[in-house]
Amino acid sequence: MESVSPSHYLFLSLLLFSIGFFGVLLRRNLLLILMSLELMLNGINLALVTFSRTSLNLDGSIFVFFIMTVAAAEVAVGLALLVALYKKRGSVFSEDMNVLTN
Amino acid sequence: MVCSKHPVSAAMFMIISLVGVAALFVLLEAFFLAVLQILVYAGAVMVLFLFIIMLLDVGPDGGKASRMKLISGFAGGFAVALLVVVFLIMIQDSGLLKSDSQWLPINDSAALTDGTNLHFSTSVKNFGFGLMTKYMLPLQISGFLLLAAMVGVIVLSKKEQGSTN
Repeated sequence: MESVSPSHYLFLSLLLFSIGFFGVLLRRNLLLILMSLELMLNGINLALVTFSRTSLNLDGSIFVFFIMTVAAAEVAVGLALLVALYKKRGSVFSEDMNVLTN
Repeated sequence: MVCSKHPVSAAMFMIISLVGVAALFVLLEAFFLAVLQILVYAGAVMVLFLFIIMLLDVGPDGGKASRMKLISGFAGGFAVALLVVVFLIMIQDSGLLKSDSQWLPINDSAALTDGTNLHFSTSVKNFGFGLMTKYMLPLQISGFLLLAAMVGVIVLSKKEQGSTN
């Protein structure tokens, strides 16, 4: 059986990032856009841990730790903004956010 | 996850993929990060998401077709194709991945550091050592960032003073 190599992990992280990217582009629900952003960050985390493991250097893992911290803060603030926006405009869909168009 | 119509099922798929990434962290022998991934993402972040989904009572997307869907799909496809090409070039060129298929063994009993580099280890001790020495300032900044986020969320979700509704 072929063993799992670092490039398999990297390919999976690329796949996760791409799925998240398409989610950000194609979804119109702002909640799901935020979730897709999380998925993109997860892909990056996986790549960083893979590089950290292959080079036996802990710096990448510590970066993943900081990315997780920042992502948690970002989700908290983003969801609070989303709730405030929903109270103001009664919708969470991105096409209803058109104050600046007219 | 990006294809499911209902936000709740999307969140459930998201939890599955986050737990899957945690399992991959275990396979990469980054045990602390795997635990952290489960606790922070599957535990806190997704619960927050589900809570907001239920609070706002968002239903499925519905039949509203977006005008930008086609063009953004094409743009996204192009960007991902570019990303794949860059990725393949990177894989071919990097000396790091030349000795693919074999993983260097981890030496847990080695010294924590050799001056500049922190050694990868399965133990949390090395992690804490790295955070407390080389990454002291980023640690404090991220702590301050969390404080700022907390204050920001409280301010955002507080009822506006003097508003009529």
